[in-house]
Amino acid sequence: MQTFQKIISTVVPLSIENIDTDQIIPARFLKATTREGFGKNLFRDWRYENNDENKPRKDFVLNNPLYKGEILVAEKNFGCGSSREHAAWALADYGFRVVVSSFFADIFKNNALNNFILPVTVSDKFLEQIFDEVQKNPKIEVEVDLLEQTIKILSSGQSEQFEINPYKKECLINGYDDIDYLLSLKNKIEEYETINH
Amino acid sequence: MGQTLIDKIWDSHVVYSKPGYPDAFYIDAHFIHEVTSPQAFDGLRKRNIPVFNTKRTHATADHNIPTLNQHLPIKEELSRRQVEMLTKNCKEYGIELYGMGHPFNGIVHIIGPELGITLPGMTIVCGDSHTSTHGAFGTIGFGIGTSQVEQVLATQCILQYKPKKMKIEINGKLKKGVVSKDIILYIISKITASGGTGYFVEYAGETIRNLSMEARMTICNMSIEMGARGGLIAPDEITFDYIKGRKFAPQGDDWDKALAYWKTLHSDPDAVFDKVLQFDAADIEPMITYGTNPGMGMGITKRIPSLGDIDEHDRKSFKKALDYMALEDGIPLLGKPVDYVFFGSCTNARIEDLRMVASFVKGRKKADNVQVWVIPGSKQVEKQAREEGIDTIFEAAGFQLRGPGCSACLGMNEDKIPAGKYCISTSNRNFEGRQGPGARTFLASPLTAAAAAITGKITDVREYL
Ligand code: SF4
Repeated sequence: MQTFQKIISTVVPLSIENIDTDQIIPARFLKATTREGFGKNLFRDWRYENNDENKPRKDFVLNNPLYKGEILVAEKNFGCGSSREHAAWALADYGFRVVVSSFFADIFKNNALNNFILPVTVSDKFLEQIFDEVQKNPKIEVEVDLLEQTIKILSSGQSEQFEINPYKKECLINGYDDIDYLLSLKNKIEEYETINH
Repeated sequence: MGQTLIDKIWDSHVVYSKPGYPDAFYIDAHFIHEVTSPQAFDGLRKRNIPVFNTKRTHATADHNIPTLNQHLPIKEELSRRQVEMLTKNCKEYGIELYGMGHPFNGIVHIIGPELGITLPGMTIVCGDSHTSTHGAFGTIGFGIGTSQVEQVLATQCILQYKPKKMKIEINGKLKKGVVSKDIILYIISKITASGGTGYFVEYAGETIRNLSMEARMTICNMSIEMGARGGLIAPDEITFDYIKGRKFAPQGDDWDKALAYWKTLHSDPDAVFDKVLQFDAADIEPMITYGTNPGMGMGITKRIPSLGDIDEHDRKSFKKALDYMALEDGIPLLGKPVDYVFFGSCTNARIEDLRMVASFVKGRKKADNVQVWVIPGSKQVEKQAREEGIDTIFEAAGFQLRGPGCSACLGMNEDKIPAGKYCISTSNRNFEGRQGPGARTFLASPLTAAAAAITGKITDVREYL
């Protein structure tokens, strides 16, 4: 069972806005029937020249050996577009556990949380600070503390609070999911069905 | 204080609510398809639990099925496996499936309304973001991820926080050549691709009231393209007329009872929304997108904004979009040659859309430089088009009418737009690579796409009306 409390990691800066889930994982890779193996096609069309795995694009951050880590940092409106949960699976399979942005699309946020990836919404200013710091030094570390709901750039000491709803926080910390909770309400659901339908 | 329509439907579907926790929210209809369901069934299997309510689960194969030779086995192995998996899962769990070749097969958001499964006051979900389409009937319909598909299969409920409510009012008369797709592209261009995030939208006003059900579906369909969870329209006589007599619609006494309830489904006059926007229909001209998100749209006679007019912070992504599209800033799009025309998708592949296209192209021929694909939204749409002789009009014009499916809307089957080629498309997304790796998409109405098919370039359809 996966749980989530605190992560300290170097970051991967992806300075692009409006990253839609078609970019995170293009539709043609949605044909798998399990949740595994999507990581190798994460950001596929930005990662490779002409869809050719032998031709990684040097200017794309995932191909730059300077940047590694469990925290992806992206510009505003991350995860818009298609509801495919494969986007969250691809990020998780690749090894990301946190995505930081100043704005997330609704469905993506939900999908991420359901897969134990923490979307951290920060202010535009703080986002810029992370990009600035990592540009100066790719090795800087960022700490994401779910219990305290804080994100901190360890090199500079800058930090910010982030929001998460208390229910989801509980789920992440304890490693249980929505179905566990809903199944505990089964009698109530049956009762509702009988009365209303 | 009065209630909005969203409140009324929402509140009546909350099974259980606990402070600090999301609502356990009951789902009346759950649509599933081959792409976002296999992992959910796997989850059920691992937990060793059945589907909670098979009668409320409706299945179709649409996303990756071929649109040619649908009577033959699917050639592409992975697609075939996914479709077979759906068949196997539906059989094992006792769910009715409208698979490829079935007379009720089609794109999930087209068949729900067409079969009378979608009814006012319902809550509807599907592992597909365009579930908002069903909102045209006065339903709360929204897209969910696969984990949530599993939740609904397991419990007929999902966990949700109540969204904020926005009203978008459109009044006035639409100008010649302007149709519902133009309305929604116009709204998104005004409020941007993220302007609706966190909201559920109710569309209201005289312009909306005058639209047919199918035109309303086009509007609600693209609510997600402004970031909203969903969009809905209060049901009225036009809605009731559309539903009456459909396959699964209530009949006799049930109909009368349902109708009485449906008539209560509207926002009270003193209902309060978190946000209200107003637009004038007369300001809208036929629309076209020039960029790589649906918010990057403009009136067809306009010029793409100049780099200098773009907010400094947004310039980088603006430039990235234009580079992808291989377009200059500050130029008009009229006259720009296109290579493909795609009529299809859950946005614009209903019978009215095909009729609209047919009445325009009748007696005309497609330009030599374009390939034209017409992909009906469902088997029933296809059948009706053939019965009405629309297929012969298309054939004479050089258009190819194929079998139903999502097709080039997302390029999961073999219907892909080749890299670097321009496609004018009646679908809903112009993201990088959406219609195939490197494909360049212009979103437009069926009418504007029809004009482009005839001239081979981006054209102001009003010049031909
Ligand atoms: S037609 Fe396109 S948008 Fe509609 S359900 Fe299919 S893939 Fe999704």
